[in-house]
Amino acid sequence: MISRRWAIPALSALVVVLWLLSIAVGRVTLSWDVWQAQDTISRVILLELRLPRAILGVLVGASLGLAGAAMQGYLRNALAEPGTLGVSAMAALGAVLSIFFNIAGLHPWVLPICGVIGGMTAMAALFILSGMAASVLTLVLSGIILSALAIAGISLALSLSPSPWASQEIVRWMLGGLTDRSFDELTIAAPLIVVGCIAVLGCRRALDALTLGESGARSLGIDLNRAQWQLAFGIGLIVGGSTAVTGVIGFVGLIVPHLMRPLVGSRPGALLVPSAIGGAALVLAGDIVVRLLPGGSELELGVVMSLIGAPFFFVLLHSMRRKLT
Amino acid sequence: MTRPSTLKISGLQFRRGSRVVLDAIDLQLQSGAITAVLGPNGAGKSTLLSCIVGLLRPERGAVELDGTSLYSMAAMQRARHIAFLPQTPEIAWAVDVQTLVGLGRIPFHGLSSDEEDRAAVARAMAKTEVTQWSDRTVTTLSGGERARVLLARVLAGESDWILADEPFTGLDPSHQFEAAELLRAAADQGGGVVLTIHDLTLAARIADRVVIINGGRIVADGPPREALAPQILRDVYNIDARWIDGADGTPPTIAIHGRASRS
Repeated sequence: MISRRWAIPALSALVVVLWLLSIAVGRVTLSWDVWQAQDTISRVILLELRLPRAILGVLVGASLGLAGAAMQGYLRNALAEPGTLGVSAMAALGAVLSIFFNIAGLHPWVLPICGVIGGMTAMAALFILSGMAASVLTLVLSGIILSALAIAGISLALSLSPSPWASQEIVRWMLGGLTDRSFDELTIAAPLIVVGCIAVLGCRRALDALTLGESGARSLGIDLNRAQWQLAFGIGLIVGGSTAVTGVIGFVGLIVPHLMRPLVGSRPGALLVPSAIGGAALVLAGDIVVRLLPGGSELELGVVMSLIGAPFFFVLLHSMRRKLT
Repeated sequence: MTRPSTLKISGLQFRRGSRVVLDAIDLQLQSGAITAVLGPNGAGKSTLLSCIVGLLRPERGAVELDGTSLYSMAAMQRARHIAFLPQTPEIAWAVDVQTLVGLGRIPFHGLSSDEEDRAAVARAMAKTEVTQWSDRTVTTLSGGERARVLLARVLAGESDWILADEPFTGLDPSHQFEAAELLRAAADQGGGVVLTIHDLTLAARIADRVVIINGGRIVADGPPREALAPQILRDVYNIDARWIDGADGTPPTIAIHGRASRS
């Protein structure tokens, strides 16, 4: 198919364009020659605000797209995604608890590590709760349990929070966005996310084989036990690392694989890289939209994603209704 | 095509909870033939196949492939020697036929080149006559067509052994014969074929050897005429059945008259 061959180059080109736009667009529009600009304001905007934001957008979008495609492949369920199944919320809970117990200030790595622990716990719990042959029902119910638990924990931390500063920080995690993130935050999230992506990509053959179901995959020599824990580790790192820096940005992993399947086919392993590229494009686009919306203050990206994602989820569920009953 | 190969099963015991599903199974299987495993529901046929393929680990006993223990073999290596067609195979995603057949090459990753993989997939698709559907999505195929594609997936591994758990269930008579012929061809080319089956007549026609399991034990083992003799069918299935030889060399039929009267 011609479209398949061109999908990745076309998507990559789209990401490059969006990335450049993401650097140029905002309350102050930067011109193309800003790289050589002498005036310090433009340089500060470029280096301290726009550049980390655009790089973080690519990193977080790509890894969330990848995580969504991998979860759908592993669970053989097109509704699976870190956001909808409560993994992001649990990662946020981990990050929030580190603020609540006042340990986040000890070291810059404490908060992201707590986020990762939250994300990995959620993945392990999902796999244990829903088991291998998870039906849509058990899976979604497991997700509801995890989300409820995480939201309750976050709310509890919020109402018992020791200082207004802490509660402000906590609210920021629940909304999720790329605004005002610095290179410091980027350098903490990037290694976690990159290692997570490598772990997830290492499972692509297992995901392919799972097209034939559990016994089909195992008879092809796939060690599903290992694949399961490698995915829990990888997705935990991705979601924990990105949530620690950007807060909860949901639905990326749900939407992107669905948009990619018509372009590159449904083979789960072949869907991973296109979903990563597509995820980067979606988050960059969303973040540009956030900045262009009229109004005094910026809308948080996590809110915009949910505004787009929830109706998308609804339509998806509607179209799958027959298969679910 | 394939070198002669032996699967030796000795002292196999498998338990599910306190229930003994397989008890002291000893069986030596030779390649180049079709072995049909029969028995009533719950007799342990699928469990036996799963143990041989390595999906289940028996409590006791060994399975050896040409002298090497299957359970000490790496899973990928085992998968290169033994291909498995599960009962009620699942296809989770709407992939195209070519991609699905290509999944059979997963155990060869890193060992065969892309061209070799493509060639093996093309051969398997030609054998099963599914080449014309290469780019079609599996979800658009009928049940019989899908069964052929799944068989092509198994053949794509070009393994020494094919183990199939009820490969004919859900197929109309014509497709049953078609699938049987493909397995026959694999055996004639030197491959080993082991399958579970419920249809007595089909078993009598396609199998070189019939193994009957009941209550987790082998109760009959031999050529179809011997292993499917009326007395054995009566003991195992509690049915009255007899062989009807076809006229002018047409294959025999096993006619079932009804449940045996207990005497």
